[in-house]
Amino acid sequence: MKKEIPLLITFLLGTWMILEFFFHNIPHVDQITEILTNGGMVIAAFTYILGVMNILQVNANRIKHHQDRPYKWTLLVGFVLMILLGFTWGIDVDSPFQWMYNTFYVPLQATMFSLLAFYIASAAFRAFRARSVEATLLLVAAVLVMLGRVPIGEEWIWSRLPDISNWIMDYPNMAGKRAILIGAALGAISTGLRVIIGMERSYLGGE
Amino acid sequence: MDFTFLQSPTIIQISGWIMAILTLLIFSFLYKDNPFYKFAEHLFVGVSAGYGVVIVYNNVIVPNLVTPVMNGRAYYLIFGVLGVMMLFKLSRKLHWISRWPLAYVVGAFAGIQIIAYGQSDLITQIRATIQPLWVAGDPVATLSNWLIVFGVLAGILYFFFSKKQTGALGVVTKIGIWFLMISFGASFGYTVMGRISLAIGRFQDLLEFPVISTIVLLIIIAVLVVHTIMTREPVAEE
Repeated sequence: MKKEIPLLITFLLGTWMILEFFFHNIPHVDQITEILTNGGMVIAAFTYILGVMNILQVNANRIKHHQDRPYKWTLLVGFVLMILLGFTWGIDVDSPFQWMYNTFYVPLQATMFSLLAFYIASAAFRAFRARSVEATLLLVAAVLVMLGRVPIGEEWIWSRLPDISNWIMDYPNMAGKRAILIGAALGAISTGLRVIIGMERSYLGGE
Repeated sequence: MDFTFLQSPTIIQISGWIMAILTLLIFSFLYKDNPFYKFAEHLFVGVSAGYGVVIVYNNVIVPNLVTPVMNGRAYYLIFGVLGVMMLFKLSRKLHWISRWPLAYVVGAFAGIQIIAYGQSDLITQIRATIQPLWVAGDPVATLSNWLIVFGVLAGILYFFFSKKQTGALGVVTKIGIWFLMISFGASFGYTVMGRISLAIGRFQDLLEFPVISTIVLLIIIAVLVVHTIMTREPVAEE
């Protein structure tokens, strides 16, 4: 019963959500779907809390075992501070929580992502060596898209570069992207069906 | 409570200093992994986890659980109970209890995704691919539409693994790879531009506080130099 009931829940919920699309004109179907979807969002929110509890558990263990203690304490202090500010004084625009968000979270996140600009440059050097037709196409497309979107490309090299960059984005790039999207959609639909009918049950774990 | 003091020039100045310091601490990773970076990294994880919990509570749990229950719809408590059951995932003995809420989420979102993917990524994309292959008086549009139709078909054929890709099929799938490569190159270029604009934004922020940025930068360099010298392993003599 430890697996049968979850499989039944998955089947019923998945089937309802698919059939709802075809029968949403029947009275009350919309309302029931809304309640079920809201419930799904609540449970999914608890998975976030589960993840955070896991982070705290791992870091508390590290503190207990004297591993990287100052850093782990920093993590916990940052976490507790945000929680306290958010739950005590709310999340309005002029609240201390938003001040912490703007002062700590925004620059830390933006700088973390901007670090990739430096590493992407060295990765590009290795990836963009024109050793085959495929690598050459990758190189040419990337260089044209980049040059077409900076002032140096339009003003110093060729005024039509932005047009070429846009054309690459709109046609050859779109063709490749569309093939990937259609392939991924077919994969997602078939995986979803396998999950609903119980053929794919790895999410239930071992045992 | 009144928090207008957070908008005062002094606090704004202090915020700017903190932002500049944190930016430089993260950038110190460009030299190598070091205590400054580790401090900022852990602070980022803690702050973002705390931020996420507060936002999830306010934007999801309050409107979808607390408010309906307060308004008399007690049956919403079932979702709260299922949510709490999810936390049993951390228990070694009772982790099977978390399968029920997990099954709910997986089932519901699998059903929703089937319809969503079918509508947006499958039907819409196929419909957008059906283009006229002859546009009178516009050779560029004609060529572009040929590229779209042939590129999509060739790309999809490349993902068809039920038949060995040799002969005519091999030629078409090879061209499909070329389209995919152009797509990857264009996406790469686009991502690089996005990251570089983020980096430029960070440098512009640093330039707003040149004095504190320079002082912090010099301190970080000095400490890193001392740290490197002190932790350097002696070269073994032959």
